[in-house]
Amino acid sequence: MIPAPVDYVEAESADAAIAALTQHGDEAKLLAGGHSLIPLMKFRLATPTVLVDIGRLGDLSYINDGGDHIAIGALTTHRALETSALLQADAPIMAHVASQVGDPSVRHRGTLGGSLAHGDPASDLPAALLASGGSVVAKGPNGERVIPASELFTGFLETALAADELMTEVRIPKATGAGWSYQKFNRRAQDWAIVGAAAVASGNGDGTRVALVNMGPTPMLSSAVGSALSGGASAADAAALAAEGTSPPEDLNGDAEYRSHLARVLVKRALDEAGS
Amino acid sequence: MQVEMTVNGQSMSADVEPRTLLVHYIRDDLGLTGTNVGCDTSSCGACTIHINGESAKSCTMLAAQARGTDVTTIEGMADNGTLHPMQQAFMECHGLQCGYCTPGMVMAATSLLKENPNPTEAEVREGLEGNLCRCTGYHNIVKSVLSAAGNSTNGGSQ
Amino acid sequence: MTATESAPANVVGTPRLRKEDPKLLTGEGKYVDDIHVPGELWMGMVRSPHAHAKISSIETSAAAEMDGVHAVYTGAQLADMGLWIAPLPCAWPVTDDMVNPPHFPVATEAAHHVGDIVAVVLADSRYGAVDAAELVDVEYEVLPAVASIAEARDGSATAHHDLDSNKAFHWPLMPDPDALEAAFASATHVVKGEFVQQRLIPAAMEPRGVLAIPSPAGGDVTLYSATQVPHILKVMIAATTGLPEAKLRIIAPSVGGGFGAKLNVNPDELLAVTLANKLGRAVRWTESRSEAAFSTHQGRGQLQTIEIAADESGKIAGVRVHIDADMGAYMMLITPGVPLLGSFLYTGVYDVPAFGFTCDGYFTNLTPTDAYRGAGRPEASYAIERAMDMLAAKVGVGPDEIRRRNYLGGGGPFENLETASTLVFDSGNYGPSMDAALEMAGYADLRAEQQRRRDAGESKQMGIGLCTYVEICGLAPSRALGGLNYGAGGWEHAVVRFLPTGKVEVVTGSTPHGQGHETSWSMIVADKLGIDPDDVQVLHSDTAISPLGLDTYGSRSLAVGGVAVAMACDKVIEKAKLIAAHQMEANADDLEFAGGAFTVKGSPESTMPIQAIAFGAFTAHNLPDGMEPNLQEQVTFDPPNFAFPFGTHVAVVEVDEDTGDVSLMDYTAIDDCGTQINPLIVEGQVHGGIVQGVAQALWEEASYDADGNCKNPSFLDYLVPSAAEVPSMKLGSTTTPSTSNPLGVKGVGEAGTIGSAAAVINAVCDALSPYGVTDIAMPATPARVWKTIQQAKGGQS
Repeated sequence: MIPAPVDYVEAESADAAIAALTQHGDEAKLLAGGHSLIPLMKFRLATPTVLVDIGRLGDLSYINDGGDHIAIGALTTHRALETSALLQADAPIMAHVASQVGDPSVRHRGTLGGSLAHGDPASDLPAALLASGGSVVAKGPNGERVIPASELFTGFLETALAADELMTEVRIPKATGAGWSYQKFNRRAQDWAIVGAAAVASGNGDGTRVALVNMGPTPMLSSAVGSALSGGASAADAAALAAEGTSPPEDLNGDAEYRSHLARVLVKRALDEAGS
Repeated sequence: MQVEMTVNGQSMSADVEPRTLLVHYIRDDLGLTGTNVGCDTSSCGACTIHINGESAKSCTMLAAQARGTDVTTIEGMADNGTLHPMQQAFMECHGLQCGYCTPGMVMAATSLLKENPNPTEAEVREGLEGNLCRCTGYHNIVKSVLSAAGNSTNGGSQ
Repeated sequence: MTATESAPANVVGTPRLRKEDPKLLTGEGKYVDDIHVPGELWMGMVRSPHAHAKISSIETSAAAEMDGVHAVYTGAQLADMGLWIAPLPCAWPVTDDMVNPPHFPVATEAAHHVGDIVAVVLADSRYGAVDAAELVDVEYEVLPAVASIAEARDGSATAHHDLDSNKAFHWPLMPDPDALEAAFASATHVVKGEFVQQRLIPAAMEPRGVLAIPSPAGGDVTLYSATQVPHILKVMIAATTGLPEAKLRIIAPSVGGGFGAKLNVNPDELLAVTLANKLGRAVRWTESRSEAAFSTHQGRGQLQTIEIAADESGKIAGVRVHIDADMGAYMMLITPGVPLLGSFLYTGVYDVPAFGFTCDGYFTNLTPTDAYRGAGRPEASYAIERAMDMLAAKVGVGPDEIRRRNYLGGGGPFENLETASTLVFDSGNYGPSMDAALEMAGYADLRAEQQRRRDAGESKQMGIGLCTYVEICGLAPSRALGGLNYGAGGWEHAVVRFLPTGKVEVVTGSTPHGQGHETSWSMIVADKLGIDPDDVQVLHSDTAISPLGLDTYGSRSLAVGGVAVAMACDKVIEKAKLIAAHQMEANADDLEFAGGAFTVKGSPESTMPIQAIAFGAFTAHNLPDGMEPNLQEQVTFDPPNFAFPFGTHVAVVEVDEDTGDVSLMDYTAIDDCGTQINPLIVEGQVHGGIVQGVAQALWEEASYDADGNCKNPSFLDYLVPSAAEVPSMKLGSTTTPSTSNPLGVKGVGEAGTIGSAAAVINAVCDALSPYGVTDIAMPATPARVWKTIQQAKGGQS
């Protein structure tokens, strides 16, 4: 499997990348680690005519203390997330979930921004972002805007990012000492989740946010579970609602009934581990 | 486009189409055929190399993305005919049969030990999750990696 | 086991490191896709997206006009070019009336499975061939597809529109139908198992590939192919293309695993040879992994019904089996023979007085099936071993006890025992194998832990599964193959020659692809000739170097090819002895050969090393009158009988009731492959085989939709397990030498696969037995396990 012919532009800066996107419009695709895009290109499921390579923009690879949040450059690799002492202390679910993506070689190259911008409902990191109540910074021709995680994922492999916008930063509210859990269920370690559940207990009495992996067309927060918990429901009672509002896919790994069941089991496990 | 990088310590360059996958650049343009292609979905790891010292799947990158990097392939592991300790361990523990996954396994395993010099058996198994082998059942591969780590007592074999 | 560098001689039986490894470890090993020649053209295959369709029209001009494209050929054009004189071969027409629709490399009128080739492009680059193939525009008239055995049986649609039925053959093995009838009529217990052997994608790590290099002036063609069978391929290419056999040279360079998938004669191989010959340019192709689901045959694909009749104590009175086998769209090289290879083994390791087997072969519009590791025998072992557990439950005894009550030879040692399936087992000793396996597995402790979990009502239950298998190896006595309508013999050829300097060159017709023949053959020769194994060079896999051979499959290499090497060594020693007697002026009867030298009995000072004799044979200055120069002998060994390795496997699984997840906690295998040449290699073969069988039990299945599309052709969804999914294994062995060959060897390449699927599913069923679950289909996916538990619970409440 070979990608279709494509032009290649290396962006020297974020602004140059945005300019290139503006110039080429829908025909252009940003290339970061490439671990979401290149497999699609090899099967010719994606056939951009121009690739704008932002992989060398070193100034978009960082993990910084932003006061009440951790600021992560969009080009930070999964490996860097996984091994970050800062994340392990203040947003541990992000470090842990990064360690669950793909395999080590994939984690060396794949980036947080690439994973989030791909918007795959079966990906791990979008769920961690949602459960963390994080946000992303999008930069376009008209400047920057902040998109809350809950508004980022708009459809199957679609996000709120405009065609000429570049994700530059991911912000994760600090959850130092708060309970958290990520339950990923798959058949092989390297695979995407059949179903996953991420839970982060907010330190400030906001309740617990629960996000689901592969339970619909987009990465999603489970509002049913969240509301039940806010209303004082037990973990078991809240988890029983985990499939509400979902539209799980059917494939060789399971039908909707099985995925719904898994969601309830995994959310219960996540809530138990997160101490909710 | 002209793509230059350092491969096994030598400066290399080739004129390739932008869409050229790194693994094909290495195999077809540089003639270093030790790096193999076993799948088309980044699943099997036969194409694993090191980029700036870290394992990467060269079938899931464009050659252009590796411009200016320091690449090591299986051909760069042995030193003047002396096998790298990981290669030696694979030989001593019978960690290979047909040999097709082996270059990728060796590259993934050396990267793993660099990050975790003293892994448990479970950590080795998890660390090799992205590299498939059809011959060995992994038993002797895991044993090889533990042996290379100086931790052969955890090999789980009799 | 600790591997060591052994001293010369007496190396057989020691875990010697492999000669093959340094090249493979450093990237020096050359697989087909690593080899390039100037001016080579890349084939790009245009494949049918429909499982069954008439080809209405093919528009090739856009592809032909693309830069770098040399030619585009449709099937009709190729047929007109006269490149082949016969269809792709099926060497095993199992019955005289077997239906065998013609199968040409490129379809001319209709495609019969998704991926059937309808046109070929030739371009000057790897990428260009893919691009050009996409530009070929084919219009189809889609026909109803037969997408399963059930649909094939039903017959409302036919896989080949010009056939009335999908049935290809009916094959019976009914030694004594009356006795079988009587056994079932008088039985106390009858158990019946209905099992699905799902289709599997063999998935050798090296995809298949070809490179054909013509010699326009000389008229010959060299084909490099990722094949297990260069010798068979040569004959078949000559027979299908009409190219003179003597003008063909087939080379299997480093081959990255086969598992049966590279035991065939494929469209791409014929296309590469004929187009290279026609165009005068090298022609090549390498399948992509996702393409391999269509371009390389698949394995298994059977519906099995097995019944056991037994008396009150569980002693077997009869076994009756019927198989419906999925041929796929075409008969490939041994497609119809695969179920027959298993037919004889449905009696397992048991004393079965009456036996009957029938098999119906059906065409479907799916990728053809053919040999996959074990080829018929894992299926047989699975059916009988699953059914034995069912019988144990019915009789109310443990799975170990039901087996012990039925072992051939009473569970003790035996030789040359005839079975109800008309075989003569060379040797066996099954009771000690079970004893050793249970002890190594810690069976009593496992049962105690299982009970503890059950009593505690834990959500993670444990299951323990046993399997005692026997397999047919050492394929094969040529007469036996003839009796089965197989189109070739089962011999193997070897040459052993001393070179002038005292080094030894071995030529073998067996073709390794990961099994370590160079190492094992060197060890055999070293011990026979009393020389250092490093002084032995093994040549193979090139029909110009090794013109005679029948290649590697069916765990035959050592038991036939290795034995031929040993026998050739004996002949070398015989000749050397005559030379030694001549030169030492002694009577040949007075000479002893040991440690690589001839010595006059009783006169240890009078000695002559074999290397000196070899040099003397080379110079030929002083040979006995009439003796030919050089010290070289050849043997073609045709085994008098098959070999029957056996063993006991114990699988321990944990089943998470909440998710249905099954994890393999522990695996123990005691295998008996007769005399072991290199225990390191034996263990490696067993390890890999076990995981392939476990993979069938838990992860792998080529799934098709109702239209005949494979839903999981890539490694994203076809779940070949990784190291993270399996545990380390505990292996042991017993040694019961074979009586079928002088080395006492049996073969081990398929043993692991033959024992493991049944052991794992028996374990899963054991874990779920408190719910009343008696069977679960393979692969035991989490979803399937969970639903099975829910249904069983529902049935209880």
